[in-house]
Amino acid sequence: MLAYALRRLLGAIPTLFIIVTAAFFMMRIAPGGPFDQERTLEATVMANLNATFGLDRPLWQQYAMYLGNLARGDMGPSFIYRDMRVQEILAEGLPVSVQLGLTALILALGLGTLLGCLAALRQNHATDYAVIAVATFGITVPNFVTAPVLSLVFAVLLGWLPAQGWGDPQQMILPVIALALPQIAVIARLVRGAMIEALRSDHVRTARAYGLPARMVVVKHALRAAILPAVSYMGPAAAALLTGSIVVEQVFNLPGIGRYFVQGALNRDYTLVMGTVVIVAVFVVVFNLIVDLLYAVLDPRVRYE
Amino acid sequence: MNAKFRAAAALALILAAAPASAQVYMRGNDSNPETLDQHKTSTVAEANILRDLYEGLVVYDPSAQVIPGVAESWEVSDDGTVYTFALRDDARWSNGDPVTAGDFVYALRRIMLPETGAKYANILYPIANAEAVNKGEADPTEMGVRAVDDKTLEITLAAPTPFFLELLTHQTGLPVHPPSVEAHGADFVRPGNMVSNGAYTLEENTLNDRIVLVRNPNFHDAENVAIAQVNYLPFEDRATCVRAWEAGEVHSCSDLPAEDIERLRAEHGDAVHVAPYLGTYYYAVNHDDEVLGDPRVRQALSMVIDRDFLASEIFQGTMVPATSFVPPGIGNYPDGSPEIDHFGMSMLDREDQALALMEEAGYGPDNPVTIELMYNTSENHKNAATAIADMWSLLGVNVEYNVRDASAHYAHLRDKGDFDVARAGWIGDYSDPQNFLFMVESDNDGFNYANYNNPEYDALMDQAAAETDLAARGDILRQAEALFMRDLPFIPLLYYSSRSLVSPRLQGWEDNIQNVHPSRFLSLSDG
Amino acid sequence: MSDAVLPPNDAGVAASRSLWATAWLRLRRNRAAKASLVVLIFMALAGLFGPLVAPHDYAKVYPEFVKVEPSLAPYPQADQIEPAAEAALRRARVDVEAIAISPGLVRIDIRSARAIDPRVTRYLDRSDMFSNARVATTSEDGRAATLEADISQLYFLAGTDAIGRDLLSRILISLRVSLMIGLLATGVALLIGVVYGATAGFVGGRVDNVMMRVVDILYSLPFVFFVILLVVFFGRNIVLMFIAVGCVEWLDMARIVRGQTLSLRRREFVQAAEALGVRGRDIVRRHIIPNTLGTVIIYMTLMIPRVILLESFLSFLGLGVQEPMTSLGVLIAEGAKNMRNAPFMLFWPALTMTVLLFALNFLGDGLRDALDPKDR
Repeated sequence: MLAYALRRLLGAIPTLFIIVTAAFFMMRIAPGGPFDQERTLEATVMANLNATFGLDRPLWQQYAMYLGNLARGDMGPSFIYRDMRVQEILAEGLPVSVQLGLTALILALGLGTLLGCLAALRQNHATDYAVIAVATFGITVPNFVTAPVLSLVFAVLLGWLPAQGWGDPQQMILPVIALALPQIAVIARLVRGAMIEALRSDHVRTARAYGLPARMVVVKHALRAAILPAVSYMGPAAAALLTGSIVVEQVFNLPGIGRYFVQGALNRDYTLVMGTVVIVAVFVVVFNLIVDLLYAVLDPRVRYE
Repeated sequence: MNAKFRAAAALALILAAAPASAQVYMRGNDSNPETLDQHKTSTVAEANILRDLYEGLVVYDPSAQVIPGVAESWEVSDDGTVYTFALRDDARWSNGDPVTAGDFVYALRRIMLPETGAKYANILYPIANAEAVNKGEADPTEMGVRAVDDKTLEITLAAPTPFFLELLTHQTGLPVHPPSVEAHGADFVRPGNMVSNGAYTLEENTLNDRIVLVRNPNFHDAENVAIAQVNYLPFEDRATCVRAWEAGEVHSCSDLPAEDIERLRAEHGDAVHVAPYLGTYYYAVNHDDEVLGDPRVRQALSMVIDRDFLASEIFQGTMVPATSFVPPGIGNYPDGSPEIDHFGMSMLDREDQALALMEEAGYGPDNPVTIELMYNTSENHKNAATAIADMWSLLGVNVEYNVRDASAHYAHLRDKGDFDVARAGWIGDYSDPQNFLFMVESDNDGFNYANYNNPEYDALMDQAAAETDLAARGDILRQAEALFMRDLPFIPLLYYSSRSLVSPRLQGWEDNIQNVHPSRFLSLSDG
Repeated sequence: MSDAVLPPNDAGVAASRSLWATAWLRLRRNRAAKASLVVLIFMALAGLFGPLVAPHDYAKVYPEFVKVEPSLAPYPQADQIEPAAEAALRRARVDVEAIAISPGLVRIDIRSARAIDPRVTRYLDRSDMFSNARVATTSEDGRAATLEADISQLYFLAGTDAIGRDLLSRILISLRVSLMIGLLATGVALLIGVVYGATAGFVGGRVDNVMMRVVDILYSLPFVFFVILLVVFFGRNIVLMFIAVGCVEWLDMARIVRGQTLSLRRREFVQAAEALGVRGRDIVRRHIIPNTLGTVIIYMTLMIPRVILLESFLSFLGLGVQEPMTSLGVLIAEGAKNMRNAPFMLFWPALTMTVLLFALNFLGDGLRDALDPKDR
C-alpha cells in the first residue's frame, strides 16, 4: 500500500506540470493585466511596473522563470499584495481554509451519516420524509443566501454569535454551518440510499437471522457498507467546500484562500492565481489518494498493490 | 440565555484585546490594503491606514482642511515654483530618531525611482525633474528637492501648481525612515520593521483579517490622541460590514451597499453619513464613432437621462445628479461649474428637445441606431445601465450591453479598443478642477477614453496651467468646462457621495468632501 | 367488455416488458417522482410560454414602481395616485386645486397664471399610473381646467425589482433561461462524457489508461478558476459559456460510463457481438451506450440542478447572464443583496428555484429506483 501511495504521488508530478502550464497560459490569454484598474496608470508608471515584475519580457521567458522559481519553492511576488510573496499569502490563508473546510467536512460526514441512517432505518416514515425534505432543501438553496441569513439571524437579531471575523472559535460556528449545510444534505442522501440497500443485503439479513441485536447489526454491518459512498464522495465534497468557501469567506470576512481564486482571477494577479491553482491541485491529488486508501481500509474487496 | 451571555462575553473579549481602560477603535475599511509602502500605494483603503501611521509635511484636519503636519510653516516664492518648508523640532520617528528634511528628500527620490514601481508616482510630477527621474532619464539627485538643513526642506516645481499643498496630503508624499528601508528593503513595511512618524505604529498585519495600530508615544501630539488602538478590518462585502456594525463588532463602516441605504436610514438615522465626495460617475462617448461623433447625438443622449431617477431610485440618494463634470464643492474653483440650461427644464421638455436633436442628426425612432454600452460588472452599474437604456429607447436607441470584469474593461479602454459608450468613474486625487478637466486633453493617452480632440480646449487648459492667479485660473477652467459640456466627451451622470456608518460612540467624525477621518482626531465615548 | 377476454398470458407480457416500460410503471407508482414530473412539465411550460402571456414584458421598466411589494390588488394603490398626479403636473407648471379619485378615474382641477395648454395632458399620460388623459372642461378665461384620466391597473403579483420591472415576468423568463442553461450544459457534458467514457472503457488497455489520466488531470484543475476564465473569454454569450461549462462537467459522466462499459464488456451479448465480428464502433453504439442510458438519465437529472446552482454561483460573483436577460441565479443574487429592504425580491425567485431543484432531485431519485436493476 505504501508503494502504491508513493507511485501515485510520483505520478502526480507530470499532472501538476501540465496543470501549471495550462493555467499559466490560460491566465495570460485573458484580456487585461494586473495593473488595469478603475484608474488608468500613466504610461511611464505602467512601464516601470511591468519592468519591475518582468512582464516586459517574452512570455516563454516568464514561463521558464516561473517554473524555475516554482521548483525552488518560490511562487513569485504577488502583483496585487505587493508587500508579500505568494507563498507567504498562501501560508497565511491556507490554515484558515483547511481548518474551516475540515471542520465542515467532519460535520457534514457525521451529521450526514447520522441523518441518512435515521432516514433509512425509518424508511417511508415521517422521519424519512423529513430528512429527505431538509436534505433536498439544503442542496437547493445557494449558500450565498444561507450564509448572510445565518449571520443576520444569529449575529444581528439574536446576538448569539459574531457576525464575521476570524480568530475566536465562536467565529467559526456560522461559517462552518453555512459551508457544511449543502454537503450534509448530499451525504445524508447518499448514506440513506446505500443504507437501504445494505439493510436488504444478504449478510445483514443473515446477521439478523442469527439473532444479533438490531443495533449491532446496523453499526457493524450495514453502516460499514453504507458509509462507502459517502467516503468516495469526499473528493467532490472537498472541491465543493472549496467553491463554497469562496462565498462563505466573503460573507463572513474570513482570511482564507478561497477568495484568492476569484479576486486573483479578476485582478489578473497572475502569480497569486497560479499559486492557488498549484495548492489546490496538490490538495486534490493528495486528498483523492487518501480517499482511495481509506476506501481500501473500509472495503475489504478493494486492494492496492 | 446562557449562550447569549457567553457570546457577549467572548465578544467583549475580542473588542477588548488591549487593556480594559484603553480605547480600541474597530474600524471597517474598504478592502485589505495592497501594500503599506507609501510609495507603492494607490487605494483609498491604504490611504486611511497610512494617514494614521505617518505624518506628511501637511495633513488634513477632521474637516479635510490642509493644516501643518511635520512642516510647521512654509513659504512660497513669488513665481509660485519654490516651496520652503520649516520642519517642526519635535517631529520624531517611532524609534526616537528626529524627522529630518533629508528623510523627505530620500522619500521623494525613492518614489520616483523606476525600480520602486510606484503606481502613483505621476501625482508628484509637478516637482522639477521628477518625471525625468521616473522615466529613468535623470539621476534622482537632479530632482527639485533639497535639504537646506536638517529642519528646512526646499521643493522646486517645474511650473506653478496652485494645488501643490493639496498634493502633499496624498499618501505618496509621506516620508519613510531611511535606515529602516536600507536595512529591510521592501520588508520595511512589516510589523516590527516599520518605523513611522504618525500618531500610530504598526503592531500586527494579518492579510485580509486585521491590521492593528497602536498609539505612537513619540508622536509630537501623542497626548491628544484619544484612541489607543485602531483595528482596521477589511470588508470586501459591504453588507458584511453593515451586519458587523449592527452586531456591535465595528464602530464604523467606510462604505455601504446603496440598495440598503433607505432601511439603514430608517433604522439607524444619524449613524448613516452620506456626504458629497470628490468624484463623478460618467459615460465616456467615443468621438471616433460615426453616430456618436455627432455632437447633437451626444447632447440628446445626455439630455434624455433622468439623473434624479438614477440618484434617488437606483442609488437610493447616495449619489447626486450631475449637471457638470467637475463636482461641486471642489477647491480652487471660485465660481463653480458653468450652468447648463437644459438641466433646469422638466424631463418632458428635455425629451422633446433631445428627440428634435436626434432627428436633426438624422436618427430617431424612425431610424433607430444601436449603441453598445460597456460597463464593468457590478449590481449598481447594471441597474444604472438598464435604466439609461430604457431612457434612451425613447430616442430610437437600442442598447446592447458589453459587460466585463473591471480588469478587462479598463484594459479595453486603455488599449483604445473599439467601443461606443463606456462607463467609468473618477475620484479626484486633489481638490482642484484641473484634476478632472485634464482627463480629456487630446494628449492624455491614459484617460481620454473618448478620443476627444479639441485644440481650443487644449489651449485653455495650457493657459490655465500657466496662470497663477486663482480667480483668473478658475475662469479659464470654467470656460474649458463649458466646452466640455458642449462637446460631451464624457456624459456626466452622477457625483459620488461617501457613505459611512458611524457608531454614536465615535466622537469627532466630520463629514468632508475628501472623506478623510484620521483616527488621531477621533475618540470613543463610553457606553 | 367481458371478463372472458382476459389477456391470454399476463405473465408472459410482463416478462417481455422492456426495461423502459418497467421503469415507467415503477415511476408511475412513485408519488413523489410523479408529482415532480408534473411540476417540471409545468415549469418548463411556464418558462416557454409564460413570458408570452405575462401581463408585463420582462424588460419593461416602470420608473414609478421601484421595489413595490407583491400585491394581489392593482397598482397604483389609492395613496399613490394623488402624489403622482401632483408630481406629474408640477412638472407642467400648473397649480393643482383639487384631485378627486373614483374607481378607475381621476379628476383634477388645475389653474395656471397663463392660458392652459391642452398638451398638459401629456404629463399625466407619461406616468405609468394614468392613461388617456383629457381636458374635460375649460373655464372661460382658459386659465383653469378639469382634467380626467384613467387610472391604470397594473398587477405586480410578485412585486418589482430594483429598477421597477415586474418580478413575476422576470421569474418566468429566468425559468426559461435557467432550464435552457441546465439542459444545454448537461447535454454537452453527456455527449462528451458518454462517448469518451464508453470509448475508454471499451478499448481498454493503454488507451484507457491515457484517457483516464487526462480526466484525472482535468479533475485536479481547479474548476472554479477554469469557469471564471471561461466567463472572461465568453462573457458576452451565455450559450457559448454553458457549452463550455458542459465541456468541463463531463468528467464525472466519463468516469461513470467507463465503469459501466467495463462491466458490460464482460457480458455475454457484447462478447457474442465481438465474436461475430461486429466492428468496435458499432458495438459501442448499439450495445454499450444504450445499456448505460439508465445511469446516464439518472445522472442527468442530478446534473441539471448542479449546473443551475453553478450558474447562480457565477451570478453571485457578478459573472452571470447579462441584461436584459436574466436567470434564476441572477434574480436570487439580486434578491440576496436586497433581502433586508425588499425580502420578496429574494423570496419568490428562491422559492421557484427550490421547487425546481426539489422536483429535479425527486425525479432523479425516482428514476434511480425505477431503473435500478438490482431491485428488479
